[in-house]
Amino acid sequence: MEVRVANVRKEFDRFPALHDVSLDIRSGELIALLGPSGSGKTTLLRLIAGLEMPTAGKIFFGDTDASEKTVQERNIGFVFQHYALFRHMTILENVSFGLKVRPRSSRPPAGEIRRRAMELLDLVQLSGLEKRYPNQLSGGQRQRVALARALAIEPAVLLLDEPFGALDAQVRRELRKWLREIHDRTGHTTVFVTHDQEEALELSDRLCVMSQGKIEQVGTPDTVYDHPSSPFVFGFIGESSELPVTVENNELWIGGRAIGVPAGDTPTGQSRLFFRPHDVDLVEGDAALAGVVTTSRRVGGTRRVELEIGGDGHRVEIDLPFDHPAGEKSRIAFRPRRWTLFPA
Amino acid sequence: MATKLRARTHRRISPTSESRLVQWILIGIAFVFMAIILLMPLYAVFHEALAKGLNTFFAALVEKDAQAAIRLTLLVAAIAVPLNVVFGLAASWAIAKFEFKGKAFLITLIDLPFSVSPVISGLVYVLLFGAGSFLGPFLKSYGIEVLFALPGIVLATIFVTFPFVARELIPLMQDQGTGDEEAALSLGANGWQTFWRVTLPNIKWGLLYGVLLCNARAMGEFGAVAVVSGKIRGQTTTMPLQVEMLYNEYNATAAFALASLLALLALVTLVLKSALEWRYGDEIAASGK
Repeated sequence: MEVRVANVRKEFDRFPALHDVSLDIRSGELIALLGPSGSGKTTLLRLIAGLEMPTAGKIFFGDTDASEKTVQERNIGFVFQHYALFRHMTILENVSFGLKVRPRSSRPPAGEIRRRAMELLDLVQLSGLEKRYPNQLSGGQRQRVALARALAIEPAVLLLDEPFGALDAQVRRELRKWLREIHDRTGHTTVFVTHDQEEALELSDRLCVMSQGKIEQVGTPDTVYDHPSSPFVFGFIGESSELPVTVENNELWIGGRAIGVPAGDTPTGQSRLFFRPHDVDLVEGDAALAGVVTTSRRVGGTRRVELEIGGDGHRVEIDLPFDHPAGEKSRIAFRPRRWTLFPA
Repeated sequence: MATKLRARTHRRISPTSESRLVQWILIGIAFVFMAIILLMPLYAVFHEALAKGLNTFFAALVEKDAQAAIRLTLLVAAIAVPLNVVFGLAASWAIAKFEFKGKAFLITLIDLPFSVSPVISGLVYVLLFGAGSFLGPFLKSYGIEVLFALPGIVLATIFVTFPFVARELIPLMQDQGTGDEEAALSLGANGWQTFWRVTLPNIKWGLLYGVLLCNARAMGEFGAVAVVSGKIRGQTTTMPLQVEMLYNEYNATAAFALASLLALLALVTLVLKSALEWRYGDEIAASGK
């Protein structure tokens, strides 16, 4: 099912949470809404679900206008960050709930409901636990029950609100892979909210980066990572370093020195240079970015050093091999391999 | 510095715990206090009630006015408790699940009966429905007696006992939030299904505690009811009022027989509560109560 969000605005008590947001979600894709807290990503998800109503704008499911429909009528599957499992029901009763509350005319017979619920428990690899209560399961197991429960009603769209937010790192990684597998097998159009860029990059077909109630960029993980459209996206997705530079003679200058980086078609004047700390070459010679090491930390397989560039205190981070001899106060010259310029 | 540190190393009990002696003294004080304040009077009630033998005890209970008092007390509780359950549910639902202006004021209002003397609550109804008021004669012209009749007693009882259910449910419902309800709605349940299948089971233990306390207080209420009932023997005397009247007439045995029935009710409430906690302990813990 395609979902089209058209010029949606949402205010809470006159405080705007979303400004004029439009987003086309393709049928069958797995899309991530990514942003820092307060960016409006959860609000957008809840608007699609019908748990909130937009102040202005419309939301379409396929060709039908869903804006005026209640959450029940929209037939969505929603997975909450804190599971929201019904604690007084067994796992099986939880998964069957959506089918049991249907009106008599569309409710499958009891045997059929049970069979479907057991099938779903099998899909989420929890067979044998159907008689347990939610508080007898681990966090990861609970979230899988929540997903099975949402899938039971055969939703038009599957919506997940920080589904792995309450789990520890190890379980998060496992569930991430597993959710991707489930998605590929069932083919539901899936929207999930996360503030974890690694999760979004690894899991999604496309991601929608949000900030302060606006969409900054929508694209595949590769596009967003390699060609960020704004300084915010560059800073938010992956590691980044930033320096103010001057463009002159189609070259970049810092503190009166050319650094050996061509400016392309960026007009002459002030500009901001962005690059990834791991995407640099160490060089010998003059035409390079040179700095003095202020701190040096070992991070897993690499060494991250902070350099002070020029005399006015600008600092950037770059990654070196972990056995690089650079100590404090030593001088390092480098050139970014890939970079992006944004207007100052 | 080093010597100071070493001097402490012999202490082996946890830093937040007191020494054995202090523990025993505190536990002892608690028990002695309970014995003097609670157990001795309880013993005195039953002792006095049974002082002239079981026959006199039962004769006092089956006496016509005593029977009328018991019936009236049960009737008042049977009306007041369900109404307070509905009110308590509505108020705590509103307070816990919605944001609205005047919420803090509503919470304060719910506590009002706790902070107002029951006699004052009774007097308020006398002022509202008495002969000199506007409402009293108006209702009387339609043949409705409020004061010195069942409606007045029920109103006074409701007023005095209405915080019990709400007070029990508000923190519980606030704690549970709206996540479960949203989940139920997203799965297609309508409002009623959500209430009966999700909200109510989530709060059933808190609700039950509230009902037990509310019921105990409704049957035992004296002050407010004394003011509005007019104490017409056999008609508007509830059990606590009857006890007082019998006692004032130096009929101690009958007074204590009826009092022991009230005390028994309190004990049953307590036993019921403990039994439920024991039987469903796991489930109560799981429901966040």
